[in-house]
Amino acid sequence: MKSQPMTAANASLINCHSCGLLTKVKNKLAIDCPRCSARIHFRKPNSVTRTWAFLIAAYVLYVPANLMPIMIVTQLGDVTPDTILSGVIHLFITGSWPIALVVFVASIFVPILKLLVFTYLVISVQIKSQWRPKDRTRLYRMSEAIGRWSMVDIFVVSLMVALVKVQGIAEIHAGPGAIAFGAVVVLTILAAMTFDPRMVWDGAENTDE
Amino acid sequence: MVPKSYTRRVIDHNLSLIACHECDSLYRVDRIPESSIVKCFRCGAVLMDSKKHTLDTTLALTVTGLILFLISNVYPILSFDYEGQITQTILMTGVIDLYNQDMPLLAGLVFITTMLVPALQLVLLLYIFLPLRLNSIPWKLAAIFRFVKTFTPWSMLEVFMLGILVSIAKLATTATIIPGIALWTFSALIVILALAASRMNPELVWTKVSFKPQK
Repeated sequence: MKSQPMTAANASLINCHSCGLLTKVKNKLAIDCPRCSARIHFRKPNSVTRTWAFLIAAYVLYVPANLMPIMIVTQLGDVTPDTILSGVIHLFITGSWPIALVVFVASIFVPILKLLVFTYLVISVQIKSQWRPKDRTRLYRMSEAIGRWSMVDIFVVSLMVALVKVQGIAEIHAGPGAIAFGAVVVLTILAAMTFDPRMVWDGAENTDE
Repeated sequence: MVPKSYTRRVIDHNLSLIACHECDSLYRVDRIPESSIVKCFRCGAVLMDSKKHTLDTTLALTVTGLILFLISNVYPILSFDYEGQITQTILMTGVIDLYNQDMPLLAGLVFITTMLVPALQLVLLLYIFLPLRLNSIPWKLAAIFRFVKTFTPWSMLEVFMLGILVSIAKLATTATIIPGIALWTFSALIVILALAASRMNPELVWTKVSFKPQK
C-alpha cells in the first residue's frame, strides 16, 4: 500500500527554520516568513552541493592542519615545532593522561569522525538510501553537537602564546597549522549547518512509490 | 503544560500544527504535561519542552551574564610564574599576541568565538527582554532575535574553558600557573550562558511579533 507520510512539505507547508511558523505555499518559490521575515524554503537550498563544497575544502585543509606545526616553542634557543599529534603525544608522556585523552578525542578523533559522518550522510541522501533514517538523523545530531569541541586546540594555542613569554628563555609562536586547523573546524561547522537532515527522510519516503 | 503564549498563537492564527525541524513530520499541537519534553515520533528530535524559562528568569540570567562578562574581561584570568618572573594575562591577551604575530585570521577566530559573539548575545538579549518585561516591544524585534539565533552557535566559551584546563596541564611541569579572579567569574559565566541559551523560550518573543495571518 502506498502511504504518504504526514510531513509539512506534503501538506504544502513550509516550516520556518527561525521561528517555527508554518506557512502555506502554492508553488515552490522561496518566500519570506510572514512573522519573522526569514527567507523560508521547503528544504535548505542547494544543500547537497553546499555541504559537499564545505566538506571538500575541509578535507583539503585537513592535510596541512595535521602536518604543519600549530605552535612553535622556543626554549633557551631550542626551536621545537609542535603538530597536533606531537602535542597529544607530549601530553601523554609528561602531563596527565586524562587530559591527553580529552585532547586526542577533541582534536584528532572528532574532526575526522565529523568529516566521515557528513560525507556518508550526503552520499546516503544522494543515493536516496532507505537504510535506518532514524539512526542517520541521530548520527547527524550527534556529530553536529560535538564538532565545536575541536576548537579547543586553537584556544590552547592562543592561551600558550599569551602565557609563555619569558624574555630570552621561553616563547611560543602560533604556527601555520593552526590556521589550517581552525579553518577545518569552521568548515565542518558550516557543512553541518548547510546539511538539511529532512533530506534523509525524503529519500526514505520515495521508496513507498 | 504548553506555554500560554503558544496556545494563544494557535488560537490567534488558527494554526494547530507544528513541524519537526529535522524530519518535517507534521503534528497537531496539544497540551503537554508539566516538566516534560515531546520528541518527534519519527526521528526523535525534541519538538516541545515545557521546562522553559519565564521572561523574568531569562532577563535575570542575561543581566548576571553581562556583569560576569565584564569582570571576566577586565581582571587577570591566568598568570604564569616562571621562577619569580610573572606574566599576567587577561582574556584579550591571546588575541592581541596572535595579531602581533601576524596571525590576524587566528586572532579573529578567537576574538569572535570567545568575545564578540558572547558580548553581542548578552547585549541583544538584554535589548530584547528588558523592554518585553516592561510591556513594550523593542524596535526591529523579529529581525534582531533572528540575528541572535543565527550567530549563537559561534559562541564557544565552554570550549575555551576546556582550553584553559589543557593549557594548565601542559604548563604544569614547567611553571606555576596562578588562577586570577576572571577565571572564577568566567566559569560562572559559562553556566549562566548555557542555562540562558538552553532554557530560553523563544515563544516569549515570537508571540509578541505582530504579523498578518495568512488568508
